[in-house]
Amino acid sequence: MKRLNWKITTAVIVIVALTFTVARLDRPGDIDSADSSSSLAIQSWKTDNGARVVFVPADELPMVDVRVVFDAGSARDGELPGLARMTAGMLNEGAGDWDTDELAKRFDDIGANYSASAKRDMAAFSLRTLVDKPLREQALSTFASILGEPTFPREAFNRVRRNTLVSLQNKKQSPGDLAEDKFYKELFGEHPYATPVSGEEASVKAIQRADLRAFYKEHMVASNAVVAIVGKLSREQAEALAEQVTGKLESGEPAPSLPEVEPLPEAKRVDLSHPSAQTHILVGQPGMRRGDRDYFSLYVGNHILGGSGFGSRIMETIREDRGLAYSSYSYFVPQRVNGAFIMGLQTSNKQTEQALGLLQEVLVKFIDEGPTEEELQHAKKNITGGFPLRIDSNKDIVEYLAMIGFYDLPHDYLDTFNDNVEDITAADIREAFQRRIDPEKLLTVTVGNGNSSE
Amino acid sequence: MRRLLILFMLGALVAPAFAQVHEYELDNGMTLLVREDHRAPVVVSQIWYKVGASYEHNGITGISHLLEHMMFKGTEKHGPGEFSRIIAEHGGRENAFTSKDFTAYFQQLEKSRLPISFELEADRMRNLTLPEEEFSKEREVVIEERKLRTEDNPRAVTYEQFNAAAFMISPYRHPTIGWMNDLENLAVKDLRQWYRHWYAPNNATLVVVGDVEPDQVYALAKQHFGKIPAVEPPVIKPRLEPPQTGERRITVREPAELPYLILGYHVPVLKTAETEWEPYALEVMAGVLSGGRSARLPAKLVRGKQIAAGANAGYSLYARQSEQFTLSATPARDHNLDDLEQALLAEIETLRNELVSEQELERIKAQVVANDVYERDSIFYQAMQMGILETVGLGWQTMEAYREKIDAVTPEQIRKVARKYLRVNNRTVATLKPLPLNSQLPGMAPSTTASPH
Repeated sequence: MKRLNWKITTAVIVIVALTFTVARLDRPGDIDSADSSSSLAIQSWKTDNGARVVFVPADELPMVDVRVVFDAGSARDGELPGLARMTAGMLNEGAGDWDTDELAKRFDDIGANYSASAKRDMAAFSLRTLVDKPLREQALSTFASILGEPTFPREAFNRVRRNTLVSLQNKKQSPGDLAEDKFYKELFGEHPYATPVSGEEASVKAIQRADLRAFYKEHMVASNAVVAIVGKLSREQAEALAEQVTGKLESGEPAPSLPEVEPLPEAKRVDLSHPSAQTHILVGQPGMRRGDRDYFSLYVGNHILGGSGFGSRIMETIREDRGLAYSSYSYFVPQRVNGAFIMGLQTSNKQTEQALGLLQEVLVKFIDEGPTEEELQHAKKNITGGFPLRIDSNKDIVEYLAMIGFYDLPHDYLDTFNDNVEDITAADIREAFQRRIDPEKLLTVTVGNGNSSE
Repeated sequence: MRRLLILFMLGALVAPAFAQVHEYELDNGMTLLVREDHRAPVVVSQIWYKVGASYEHNGITGISHLLEHMMFKGTEKHGPGEFSRIIAEHGGRENAFTSKDFTAYFQQLEKSRLPISFELEADRMRNLTLPEEEFSKEREVVIEERKLRTEDNPRAVTYEQFNAAAFMISPYRHPTIGWMNDLENLAVKDLRQWYRHWYAPNNATLVVVGDVEPDQVYALAKQHFGKIPAVEPPVIKPRLEPPQTGERRITVREPAELPYLILGYHVPVLKTAETEWEPYALEVMAGVLSGGRSARLPAKLVRGKQIAAGANAGYSLYARQSEQFTLSATPARDHNLDDLEQALLAEIETLRNELVSEQELERIKAQVVANDVYERDSIFYQAMQMGILETVGLGWQTMEAYREKIDAVTPEQIRKVARKYLRVNNRTVATLKPLPLNSQLPGMAPSTTASPH
């Protein structure tokens, strides 16, 4: 029972004036910045069966956060889009000797929070529990069983599959979801990033329990796992915790490399008709990877282009100067291989062409001229000055640790981040955008009240 | 001037104590609440105004929210957008939110930047310029926001219609974002008046949580807000909802893929209850139904009978006026709205007829204990709780009593409130019955896109 959450999410409708574009991102992907005075003392080691562990002690609150991530996202779906997410979602439906109700009670009885998710690169399992020993023991033994000995019960599988189909239907009534799925499909073509993480109707219907078992066995293995821990634990306790939660995993093999993402051969526009008051517009190209050599140039540049809400060029042009949209933004999704670069907005149907034209204009000008010196200094101050906010909670820190571990980023990644941002020049940004984003070959997807192009 | 220093204690179940809340009142009537949290060198500052959609009336719905947008459009000292630019330059995050009962603005900053936040908030408390030209554009932005959040979201349309049917008199019948026609007809002079009436120090609560020293924050608040004169806010009529005299049923026909159901009952909240334990019993009842995966709706309707793809109970303990206790759900495949409604009503009957088990009650209490600790991981959340409670007139001390009050709830009390409030004549039922997505009907979303100009 989360008392205020009810008030905020279900009963009180809270309307926010600005746009939380960050909420759209793979979260740790966009919250990079560091300040040497606030560095985290990251400890790391491997478990006996080969899982990598990253740990930061935090003594202030009597609780522990654990986040276990596997290279088992939808990029590993193969011929069955939706397989990774369904597998992740099924682990707590039965594990060891416990059935789904017993597992739910084992967490709820002690106020522990468990969640599972899958994205394109990773499947993530999170646990938050009080640190008191009996409570912690119950939470961790349950978590270890879910990760290490799931049973994929038949009845639960049938139910989860049916409810997954309902959630796919739900997406069909959302122009934003329709636009995003179409955008990824067109952007990534034959690449495994092309399919929706939640799957497609035909593939979800085709998935069998045996597929889930096989996927689990191959991908959810220790050598494919990172365990991030933040909480009131000694190093010895953290080591024991890591051994416990990974103890039932096979060692397995690390996942093979993903194929590279091909650039788009030419500009393309796809329009889908939907009975909505607004048209959702997405424009973009393949972007960059984690650890990309252009990471900081593109990150800081995008901050100025459309990544920082008010003050960014897209927001000023679309919303502040003309009132064309509530939300307008751009972002990179840095992934294992080049993820998407996306600019987007939603506007009343009749304003679609005007808004789209402006979006393209803003991009072309930015690529041609780069940012002004004033914009760059402003962006640097925002990014570096805001560092302490990004690691001010255990929840933030554990997500960072999992991200750093998963993408093999250096452990001083946070400590050096501000310096890396400070080193970027306006010329670096202009040059990187010119090399990486070709305004002649943009993909454009619209979903709204116009006619379909296909 | 008074200064209260209140230490508060947790119940016996959890060892570590919360930091103290320091309460101050400025000479002009502004309340300041400060809580120290020294885990990170950061601070959150929130200013809460006692105004929101439930202060509005027919014809001007949405005005509080539109004014919230306009609060970023400049004062005599700082031009449009400059507030956001200055905060960004100092590495800050900022935003604002409006609900039925409040309008709030916040900044999150490295701790040494708190004076910047205070200076800017104090400035826009009385000195907003509300330029006509900025207003015209921002009204369009809010109209786009309404289309995004409501018009193009069939469940949001259903929820909006549900509230309008359940509440005939209470201002809770109006959506926070406002009805479209009201938005199209709001004028800048309406906003100027609304701003003058409600934006004053004696109608505001400033909440600061973070790596700060309370007396220094108080001195800083006096420096920036202390000279702003008090303005007596208007007295609004209570507009209490009369007792419901029979079940109400409404249907929403919209292009959609999935049906959806909302059931609701008029219930008291902490602020309006004649019997104090009743709202806490309703709060626990909501937890019995959907507080966690082991709760009744997920366990019995999603997993057991497999009639719902998802189901939730909702209750707002801290609302300013009496609310609805809701159950909302989406049918599973091969089940229809009738099956779903019968299954939800069966759960209601169980609550009316049988006592909740001790085990269920203990589970909810354990979750409350754990959340007491988890919530302290977010200084923003801490500030928000204090702000809401102070703004609706319950007082921030209410959050300290929460655990004890929940602990005191008995199975008999839950059955009593179920019998008293979950009655057919007190019920409103809204169903979303999808039209095909390719259908074209008059009154459908696209017809509302005509510009007001």
